[in-house]
Amino acid sequence: MARRKAEPPPLEPGIQPWLLAAALITAAPHAGHLPVWISALAGLLLLWRAWLWHGQLALPSRPLRFLLVAGGVGGIALEFGTLFGRDAGVALLALFMAMKPMEARNRRDALVIVMLGYFLLLTHYFHSESIATGLWLLAAATFLTATLIRLHGGARPPREIVREAALIVLQALPVMLILFLLFPRVAGPLWGLPQDAHAGRTGLSDNMAPGSLSELIQSGSIAFRVQFSGTIPPMAERYWRGPVLTDYDGRTWRTGSSAVPADSAPRIVAEGRHVDYVSTLEGHNQHWLLALDLPLALPPDSALSPRLETLAREPVRKRGRYAFTSSTTFRANLEESPALLAEALRLPPALNPRTRALAEGWRDLPPERIAKSALAHFRSEPFYYTLRPPLLGQHAMDEFLFRTRRGFCEHYASAFVFLMRAAGVPARVVAGYQGGELNPVDGFLIVRQSDAHAWAEIWLDGRGWVRVDPTAAVAPSRIEEGIAAALPEGEPLPIFARIDAGWLLQMRHRWEAVNNAWNQWVLGYNPQRQQEFLSRLGLHDADWRSMTVALTLLCAAVMLLLTGWVLYRRPRVDPVQRAWLRLCRRLAGQGVARHPWEGPADLAARVARESPEWGALAAEAARCYTALRYGHLEEAARTEQLRRLQTLARRLPIRWRMP
Amino acid sequence: MPPSPASPHARSPLADVLAAASTVVLGKEHQIRLALACLLARGHLLIEDLPGVGKTTLAHTLAHLLGLQFSRIQFTSDMLPADIVGISIFEREHSRFRFLPGPVFSQLVLADEINRATPKTQSALLEAMEERQITVEGETRALPEPFFVIATQNPSYQIGTFPLPESQLDRFLLRIELGYPDRAAERALLESGGRRPQAHAVGARLAAERLPGLQAQAAAVHVSPALLDYVQALIEATRDNPAFAHGLSPRAALALLAAARAWAFIDGRALVLPEDVQAVLPGVACHRLRLVHSGSLARPADIAALLHAVPIP
Repeated sequence: MARRKAEPPPLEPGIQPWLLAAALITAAPHAGHLPVWISALAGLLLLWRAWLWHGQLALPSRPLRFLLVAGGVGGIALEFGTLFGRDAGVALLALFMAMKPMEARNRRDALVIVMLGYFLLLTHYFHSESIATGLWLLAAATFLTATLIRLHGGARPPREIVREAALIVLQALPVMLILFLLFPRVAGPLWGLPQDAHAGRTGLSDNMAPGSLSELIQSGSIAFRVQFSGTIPPMAERYWRGPVLTDYDGRTWRTGSSAVPADSAPRIVAEGRHVDYVSTLEGHNQHWLLALDLPLALPPDSALSPRLETLAREPVRKRGRYAFTSSTTFRANLEESPALLAEALRLPPALNPRTRALAEGWRDLPPERIAKSALAHFRSEPFYYTLRPPLLGQHAMDEFLFRTRRGFCEHYASAFVFLMRAAGVPARVVAGYQGGELNPVDGFLIVRQSDAHAWAEIWLDGRGWVRVDPTAAVAPSRIEEGIAAALPEGEPLPIFARIDAGWLLQMRHRWEAVNNAWNQWVLGYNPQRQQEFLSRLGLHDADWRSMTVALTLLCAAVMLLLTGWVLYRRPRVDPVQRAWLRLCRRLAGQGVARHPWEGPADLAARVARESPEWGALAAEAARCYTALRYGHLEEAARTEQLRRLQTLARRLPIRWRMP
Repeated sequence: MPPSPASPHARSPLADVLAAASTVVLGKEHQIRLALACLLARGHLLIEDLPGVGKTTLAHTLAHLLGLQFSRIQFTSDMLPADIVGISIFEREHSRFRFLPGPVFSQLVLADEINRATPKTQSALLEAMEERQITVEGETRALPEPFFVIATQNPSYQIGTFPLPESQLDRFLLRIELGYPDRAAERALLESGGRRPQAHAVGARLAAERLPGLQAQAAAVHVSPALLDYVQALIEATRDNPAFAHGLSPRAALALLAAARAWAFIDGRALVLPEDVQAVLPGVACHRLRLVHSGSLARPADIAALLHAVPIP
């Protein structure tokens, strides 16, 4: 194709730092999750470009640029095996963002960089939806807008440009808020996230081997937050029930695998006060929801299993809100199915002879007495509560009960259940969380991974399943005050669980309250919350049509308000200036556009040179305008001159020219 | 900038002076006009350029054309303040002191190579410029009226020179550079064998007594609020511009306005246009602004860039 158009004017050098900074700001947060070589290459390219700009050196030649692009694209194809899809696409975008400044010669290239920047901002939400990300992206969007202003508005002090951009973004905020609140929501994320997006989350697992729980306790991350609608049950009653572990192979406890008859639906008789609460559960990739022992009413799409676990239909992949009603005193399954009772008595053969012998001695006692004897054993012997128990061999229970006597809740729970089963009492291990800490700032109860716990429950004829916590026999403070109080000094624990008072605790509470508000109201704003919000506004059962109408009307109202404000604030243009500006616009239509810094006499002289047919008119108009604006005239003369100027402006034909 | 097409209805008596001066100092009409504007605005002029481009000729020509009493002070490093302002000597026959006025008691003083003198001597002259009077041994003597100083200075750094500090530069209303003549002007110069004789030969085109009246008229040229808006926008632009170490002071703003009025007056206009401000701004601002990155004074190109960044309101 023949190049008929002239080269567009080159960018002024002062714009390049803006473009480089825009590329850096928009691409930088990706550095954490892109392959190292891409981050390094992008960083080097930007540095190189900055160096070229600083030394006012020539940009790389076309073949070199082609090589760079081909190498980058080839590398990405090798790295990801494809050029499509989320990760490869983001990598391509980030790399192109770093390469584009290499050929930024004219305004079009600069616009491409800015638009690419706006697009790249969106991709950060693939990886993080935190407050910090949101703030960074807001700042980056402001900077991109400032770059646009710099591009079109010429050189000005950077502070002024950024201030103007911030003002523009500020004016966009009401519209953003309306769109956020009223745009019809769909359930679930807009794009399908790959399964592995949730890998590596910490949380309870469906089995328990010695050491697995004490590892979890090292994590200070939040498991879930609870908002109670009434008084909060005391710490010692806050058992958050997770998976029930019944199958034991001598080393590991697993969730029950035996088939359960269809008629064994749970039957719970609540005895105490009902507790209503909403739990915001972090994604953990498992089915169970952590309900206060025991739940009476469950959130939708979940059910109580025969073993009294609250299971969601889909694994909990992302943070969600679940409403429960529980009762902390209850009778559960007074009549239990034989299959489940048999399951709760099964033991691996030929292991732990001493433990079995101890339990055999209790067989003739009534079941309650057996449990009491076991707890008395824990209490009377020198057992020691620690996160760092010694390793146990083949006969783990024997070694723990009679030799090491050092262990953690998982040891006590499993030894207790073993003893019960050996003595003929149906028993099983329950994993979950115990306790939780109240954030006084927003009134949410925060349960961390460090609150993970394991306890036991036994089935008694006439009383159903009864919770027994052998850890309470050894370290009562674990149940009444929390993990930090129960552990001696020097045990490894997340720093957060150790802080007991002072400003650091205050700050942590505040920060977690802010984070929680963000989760509850921004990230957790799903269709239900939208409906709740709208019905609070008086818009009941709003469907997407009425939402769209409300959305459109509100946006229009905001635009009208802003426009009105701008018009109100606009300085009153005096008629002289209006007539002169109209004349200048029409002169521009004739090919002589006034420069902003050009005075009337200079303009008239230029018109005479460049467009002689209007020279006389421009000279006279300049004389009128000069007298009106820079001289001092009597009122009558003023009116006459103004009329003359207006006539001259009208005499020029209107012609629309593309700028 | 192109010549202003303002109305010629009040042809200024100064047009004659301009035309005559242009026949002596060739090809420097803009600079002559600036020098004249400086005189009309009751300011003092600093000419900064290489030796031999016609600084002295310009001063001589103006003195002759305006009929001003002229004296020249060649500054040297061993000069004392008394060499400028004069001394009192004791007359034995009358048994009293008599004051012998120095060369500064003149209507047009050419202070040649002012940066060769020591700061003490420089400040004696600069004080005289500011006060328009001189106090010697407790007695205050008024300087003649009009009183106009044209100082010249070599721009290049030389051993034994004392460049004027900024506070002293501020005493000069305008600073101009002459520059090399263009090809045609230089040819004419070469053919005539130098212009110094013509400078002495031109007759007065204006009586010196008329000058104060003209200065008063120039000071009365109308300045509209719209023009003040523009001047303020320019001053603010120098203060906001990160290229300059400091912006222009309010005194500089007054100087800008006075020079623009004189420029408009020379053009025969009774009102000041933005173009007048633009014409005098380099002369007013260059020696009052310092560049951040090089530490040197602003160049006319910097001022042109500044002008292009400020729209006329």
